Amino acid sequence: MKHGFNFGYFLSEGLHSIVSHGLMSFAAVSMIVACLIIMGSFSLLALNADQMLGQVEDDNEFLLYIDESYTDEQIHALTQQVRSLSNVASATFIPKEDAKDVFLEGRENEGLYANIPDTVFRDRISVHVVDLTLFRQTVDQAKALDGVANYRAEAELAEGFVTVRNASTALAGMLVAILAAVSLFIIANTIRLATFSRRNEIAIMKMCGATNGFVRWPFVFEGLILGLLGALVAFFLQWGIYTAAGQAMTDSGAIMLLANGIIPFSTLWLPILGVFLLAGTLIGALGSGFAIRRFLQV
Amino acid sequence: MIRLMDVYQEYDNGTKALNGIDLRIDDGEFVFLVGPSGSGKSTIVKLLTAEVAASQGRIIVNGYNLNNIRRWQIPYMRRTLGVIFQDFRLIDKKTVWANLEFAMRTIGASKREMRKRIPYVLHLVGLEGKESAYPNQMSGGEQQRVAIARALVNNPQMIIADEPTGNLDPQRSLDIMTLLDQINSMGTTILVVTHEKDLVNRFSKRVVAINEGQLVHDAQGGYSTV
Repeated sequence: MKHGFNFGYFLSEGLHSIVSHGLMSFAAVSMIVACLIIMGSFSLLALNADQMLGQVEDDNEFLLYIDESYTDEQIHALTQQVRSLSNVASATFIPKEDAKDVFLEGRENEGLYANIPDTVFRDRISVHVVDLTLFRQTVDQAKALDGVANYRAEAELAEGFVTVRNASTALAGMLVAILAAVSLFIIANTIRLATFSRRNEIAIMKMCGATNGFVRWPFVFEGLILGLLGALVAFFLQWGIYTAAGQAMTDSGAIMLLANGIIPFSTLWLPILGVFLLAGTLIGALGSGFAIRRFLQV
Repeated sequence: MIRLMDVYQEYDNGTKALNGIDLRIDDGEFVFLVGPSGSGKSTIVKLLTAEVAASQGRIIVNGYNLNNIRRWQIPYMRRTLGVIFQDFRLIDKKTVWANLEFAMRTIGASKREMRKRIPYVLHLVGLEGKESAYPNQMSGGEQQRVAIARALVNNPQMIIADEPTGNLDPQRSLDIMTLLDQINSMGTTILVVTHEKDLVNRFSKRVVAINEGQLVHDAQGGYSTV
């Protein structure tokens, strides 16, 4: 008689055990759900902060006002100097005439400013950066160049987004580590309870010549099913929470300043589902693996 | 076939259970292993089933050298044995059929093999018609017969019965021992661990006696000669 991988038997034994220890199974699934939702929420926050940062990076520029005594050749040379700075994506020279047009763009009462002479404005270089986290250093490097009379840079907004992104990433990482450990512990305890209540059966199986794999698989299946169940519940809850939170933010006007709003869930659901399923099955399989080890020493 | 050569067993707590046991049981034999409580009988059973490893000495069970057996080989060695316990160790929530099916499934038997083998062993132990009964609906003697059927169902080379009649009245004990004798006559080696003198004396079989971890008698005949 040869041992085959009896999938149907292992699955039915795993399901049977889940039902038999309903309360512990419920606790294990709840813990996995909590772990995944917290992980998911912080990851989504970090993802949105990152996207917003990208938008700000695209929009955010700083202006270098050029010394009025500079000739066209000197201005050209200065522009080249700015372009050669390491974190500069683009540097565009804007003569004072064009600067007026840019100033008037989007202003409600354009007529009020129409008579302002061009000479009021300064020649300037508009600079976009590559990495917003290095915004302040780039401004410092640029303003130190000869020929830069003054500058205008609003670093606070950019730095705010960087802080939110970094904090949410770090917090998500920390919480995920803690909750994953707690989930593993609860799953391991659930499976341990199942193995303890079936220790006589396990002893009989071992005495009849069952291999460790044959004894272990039903419990691994139990852990996997609990993990998958937790992942699916967490996915749908995450969907609801994300959509509701996004709607609430839109309604309150908190994200009006951002052109694209939050990232729609429809573009994120597949990777989220994938990560949740992977994390759930990993937690479930590892938890049951830890729990069953001791009972196999017969 | 079983061979124990100069086997010593000392547990972690310092208890010396066996002190240089030499024993050979050939295929097809029926052997009673007797001795008072604490003499080392159960330790021999644990060594033969590879539940514990000997502190010293060599042990061979049905061709497996237990001194250098690999962990993955232990289940395959156990499949050559059928073990019967005093407390039956049946699964109460499973029927007689399911208990036997459970034992066969653990070694990967197919449904077809189960359908063929289970009725045969139930007939052998005299439990035809009891397939759907649960252990707690049966008498002690019947439960032990189920345990014997379970030990037989995977067609082992040898049956080790550890105090199989300890929970039974004299008549049921005699019935069980007679059944084991019948199984032996079909070629299966039988090792019965017991301390029931009267029962042993009713069968003219080889009796191995141990005391304080040492073999003190090994001869054909009853307990009285020990």
